[in-house]
Amino acid sequence: MSEIPADLSYTREHEWVRTEADGSVVVGISDHAQAQLGELVYVELPEVGRVVEAGAALAVVESTKAASDVYAPVSGSVVAVNEALNAGPELVNGSPYGDGWLVRLKPSAPATGLLDAAAYTQLVADESH
Amino acid sequence: MAERTPLHPEHVAAGARMVVFGGWDMPVYYASALNEHHAVRRGWGIFDVSHMTVVDISGEGARDYLRRLLANDVARLREPGHGLYSCMLNEAGGVVDDLITYWSGGDRYRVIVNAATRDKDLAWMRAAAAGAPVSITHRAGVVMIAVQGPAARSGVAALLPPAVGERALALRPFHSLEADGTFIARTGYTGEDGFEIVTAAAAGIDLWRRLVAAGATPCGLGARDTLRLEAGLNLYGQDMDETTSPLVSGLGWTVALDPADRGFIGRPALEHERAAPRRQAFTGVLLEDRGVMRHGMRVVTSAGDGLITSGGFAPTLDRSIGLARVPHGAGPEASVEIRGTLKAARLVRPPFVRHGRNLLADAAATAATPPAKPTPESHQP
Repeated sequence: MSEIPADLSYTREHEWVRTEADGSVVVGISDHAQAQLGELVYVELPEVGRVVEAGAALAVVESTKAASDVYAPVSGSVVAVNEALNAGPELVNGSPYGDGWLVRLKPSAPATGLLDAAAYTQLVADESH
Repeated sequence: MAERTPLHPEHVAAGARMVVFGGWDMPVYYASALNEHHAVRRGWGIFDVSHMTVVDISGEGARDYLRRLLANDVARLREPGHGLYSCMLNEAGGVVDDLITYWSGGDRYRVIVNAATRDKDLAWMRAAAAGAPVSITHRAGVVMIAVQGPAARSGVAALLPPAVGERALALRPFHSLEADGTFIARTGYTGEDGFEIVTAAAAGIDLWRRLVAAGATPCGLGARDTLRLEAGLNLYGQDMDETTSPLVSGLGWTVALDPADRGFIGRPALEHERAAPRRQAFTGVLLEDRGVMRHGMRVVTSAGDGLITSGGFAPTLDRSIGLARVPHGAGPEASVEIRGTLKAARLVRPPFVRHGRNLLADAAATAATPPAKPTPESHQP
């Protein structure tokens, strides 16, 4: 059973979103997503300053077998990326909600369509059937 | 419904992540594909390869039949037990499959072909045998286990009856023995030493359990793919198929054109191809930038564009490597297009890793001497 912290928001594509006190949002992939992908061997992060639309490709996570897109859960600009993933992509597997965070965005519009933990738990349960 | 090997319950009980590959429900990894990879480079690992297709060929016409069916020449098999890697070609010189043929003695041979190509191969082999005095028997339901790594041979020998274990340890590369219904060959698909063992289902399940108990690491298809890629070994369906000849797939060394009077299927097409100017070459690729190369990506060279046929992450090298078909004369500088961005790469001669050694580092240390081509001993479908 994967871990789904109650204080985060989620997308249908298995990203998690945490809104910080300064209004920026931190984005990662869920524990369920990392388990499905298997061990990551490479994470492609965007340039700081890049402007993205909600739903557009934001980063790429690659396991030994395949590459998967990570989508921007909200429109905005990239204010920071997790440089530690360049040397340690496996941080995403070991700590998807902590040291394995991917990108910090400064939103240009409020997020829409995010799921709370209960709704995301249901989504994961539905997908495993 | 995907097919299951006799070892399927063992994988499920061990908690393996299962995927359907070539119509078979197989383990892709148990706990960690990377750890499984390293276990084979440093110790020993076991792979369920029972999905592969074992075909026994016998009869007074068997030798002549195989000399016509295969691009390599079974006349090179000098003693019973000896094996030979070969391509089986169509009339156009394209690769129907790659396989190993062992001479079992007398007029008996054992051929091991791939899993996903089973039905096509059997139909092709039977059609090619029409009218010839040979019998072709598919050994379905057997267990085939690959035991690979520097500790593999001694580990297996310790589990065998002492007399058989002694014979197994004495096997030279690409030689095999048969004892009490168990077939043991010193072959593999990882670039490491080891055995491939074919036995009946019940004996195979027992052997698998004893190998696990003895400390061998169960490995899935994920590690199998990264290991074979580091070893520079081709994968059928990716690196070559019915539209590509062995001459542009890095497999020219497996085609026996001598003696000149041996007619084999595809020979006229290969001779025609050889007489024409070379247009393509098959090469290894080392990504110098960060990222992971994958099958189908474009390779940009000074001689024109090529394609990555196999690409991935090399755990031993901690970077991405690949195999590619490129225009003749390309390299060594190149770039690979990954999601719209050109990344710096270098065309190199495979293999990348053999017997636990990073051959690229070795080559750099000895003034850029290119590593050796894979030998027949290292090659197996």
